[in-house]
This record gives sequence, structure tokens and C-alpha cells, in this order.
Amino acid sequence: METDGNRAWSQVDQQDVRPYMVTGGRTRPRHTMRLVSLLAPGSSPPADPLPPEAEQAVALCRDEPRSVAELAGHLGLPVQVTKVILSDLLDADVLSIQISETSPSRDVNALEALLVGLRKKFPDAA
Amino acid sequence: MRPDGGPVEPAPLLLKIVVAGGFGAGKTTLVSAVSEIEPLTTEEYLTSASASVDSLNGVEAKTTTTVAIDFGRCTFTEPQPMRLLLFGTPGQERFWFTWDDLSSGAIGAIVLADTRRLQDCFPAVGYFEQLGLPFVVAVNEFDDAPHRYSPDEIRQALDLPEQVPVRLCDARRTPSAINVLITLVQHALTRARSSLASPGVRP
Ligand SMILES: Nc1nc2c(ncn2[C@@H]2O[C@H](COP(=O)(O)OP(=O)(O)O)[C@@H](O)[C@H]2O)c(=O)[nH]1
Ligand SMILES: [Mg+2]
Repeated sequence: METDGNRAWSQVDQQDVRPYMVTGGRTRPRHTMRLVSLLAPGSSPPADPLPPEAEQAVALCRDEPRSVAELAGHLGLPVQVTKVILSDLLDADVLSIQISETSPSRDVNALEALLVGLRKKFPDAA
Repeated sequence: MRPDGGPVEPAPLLLKIVVAGGFGAGKTTLVSAVSEIEPLTTEEYLTSASASVDSLNGVEAKTTTTVAIDFGRCTFTEPQPMRLLLFGTPGQERFWFTWDDLSSGAIGAIVLADTRRLQDCFPAVGYFEQLGLPFVVAVNEFDDAPHRYSPDEIRQALDLPEQVPVRLCDARRTPSAINVLITLVQHALTRARSSLASPGVRP
């Protein structure tokens, strides 16, 4: 369920406090990111040992580009808090934002490829 | 990933689809049916800007309100490396800021209609229509729904243009969920081809 109506108070407290600990009390990211923005490794390796959440984010993005929404889900942190952590990593050039192609909804080749892919992978779907 | 910096396989094509619908309409269920990973849910705070939209509507503005966003993923090797990313978002009007965010760069949207509360998907339908993003309406048939609607009845009730596909589905079944995705991709493709054919509309 998405409501937190039946969460115990102690749990609520923990969940509300932890985000601000991992961001050092900051609540606003400096970089503009969308939920769907994709993050990939940047050109610098991390200089110092990173905090665990940042380390995890970097490791995930090393495998493949990851969206902000996906990273927040993996880290178990709200989106806004995740953005603050990612923003630091962008500043340090440890991560970079992937600029996506323009207007995929009008990209005939991409749509055709996806249609073929879906039909091949899921032959049961009518 | 090759440590020697030699030729690497081409980066997969990344494609995004938005799934919108009212509370309990089946968004998380649909994303799970398609995703190869357990869907991830995260929370986005309702920003002060959107909170003020609430108060304009006379709705109590609670700064602590959060929005649940679902994330799922489906990987393809054929006909080329591709990854489909699915983003589920609530369909209430006050969450429009997440739709803006999620729609950017998406190939299209699936609006889940719950026949017990058909009006819940009006805002999402209106939004995607205005944005010009291709969308389909997927009608989840819940067992306790008092009335079975035909796709045509849904189309009329939602005042949908003829071109917008309406499909009955069961979001719990993967083939049914995939069928909705295929319908969306076909619809987007038809639109993309017709805009190529009449280049006057858009470059
Ligand atoms: N009968 C039926 N039940 C469904 C369908 N899709 C979802 N449900 C059920 O409806 C409930 C709410 O679904 P959920 O995906 O959590 O809705 P969300 O709030 O939009 O994410 C769950 O118990 C699902 O099992 C459907 O297509 N048919
Ligand atoms: Mg849900």
C-alpha cells in the first residue's frame, strides 16, 4: 500500500530522519534532474571513499545507465534525497547525465524495433 | 564493459513508457507483469509549487504528501539491444508535475482505467492529449466492478478521439499487459509514420 497510515511511529521517525542524515541536512539538489534522467559514469573516479548510498549509486550506474527513479528505488530513499546525492556526484564528475535522443515517440525505427522485440520475446501476447 | 578500452558492444537503445492511473487502478501490477525485475517503488515529495495548486483547488495542502513512483524494466536482445523502462505514476491532477517529468522523452503512455472509478483517469487523458504524447487506455476489469463496459462505452464516457486505442486487459497477466504495450507501440508508430507523410505539421 502506498499510504503510511499503518506504519509504526518509530518507523515513521526513522524514515523521516535518515534522508537528512545522508544528505548532510540539505534538501535541494543543485542539478536539474528528471525522474527519467539517465545517469552514467563520468570522467573522474571518486577521489575519496564515498558514503555508502553514493557508492551504491555509482556501482549501479557502472553496470548500465540508470534513471533517477530506479536509483531512488534501489537506495530506498525518496527521489528528492536521491537527487541531492546524485547532484554531488555530478559536481565531482563521478557521474554524468546522459543526453537522450530527441522525440523517441516519433522515431519510426526505434518503434519498429520495439514492436519486433516485444512480439519475439512474448509470443503469447496476441 | 572492457577494461582495455577496446570496442564495446553498442549501448542498448533506451525507451520509456509512462503508466498512469488512479489509486488502485493496477499500475504496480501492470509494471510487475512486464518487468523482469521486482518493480521498485520510490516516493517523490509533493513540492510546494504543486501544494499551492492543491490549495487553489480548495484541497487541503499537506506538504508531507508523497507520490509513489513505480519503476520496472524489460531487456531485449532482438532485433537489437534495447531496454524498455516503465514508470508508473498516480493519475490525480495534483501530481501533474510527475507526469511532466516522466513524459519527457517517453514513446507514449498507458492510462489505466478502473471501471469502478472511471472519472479518475480524466485528468491523465486530458494531459496526454494536450501534450500530444501517444497514449492508449487500458481498462482493467475488476471482479467487483458493478458494470462491464465495452471499449466503445469507455471511449464515449472518456470522450476519446477515434484514433486512441481502448483495450480491455487484466494487468495481472503478462500476455495481457504486453498486449497493451504492443497496442501503444503500434499506435505511436502509426502516428509517427503519418507525421512523416505530412511534414507540414512538424519537422
Ligand atoms: N481483477 C483485476 N484485479 C487487478 C487488476 N490489476 C490489478 N488488480 C488488483 O488490484 C489491486 C490494486 O492494484 P495495484 O497495482 O496495486 O494498483 P495501483 O495503486 O495503481 O498501483 C491489487 O490487489 C491487484 O491485484 C486487473 O487487471 N484485474
Ligand atoms: Mg501502486
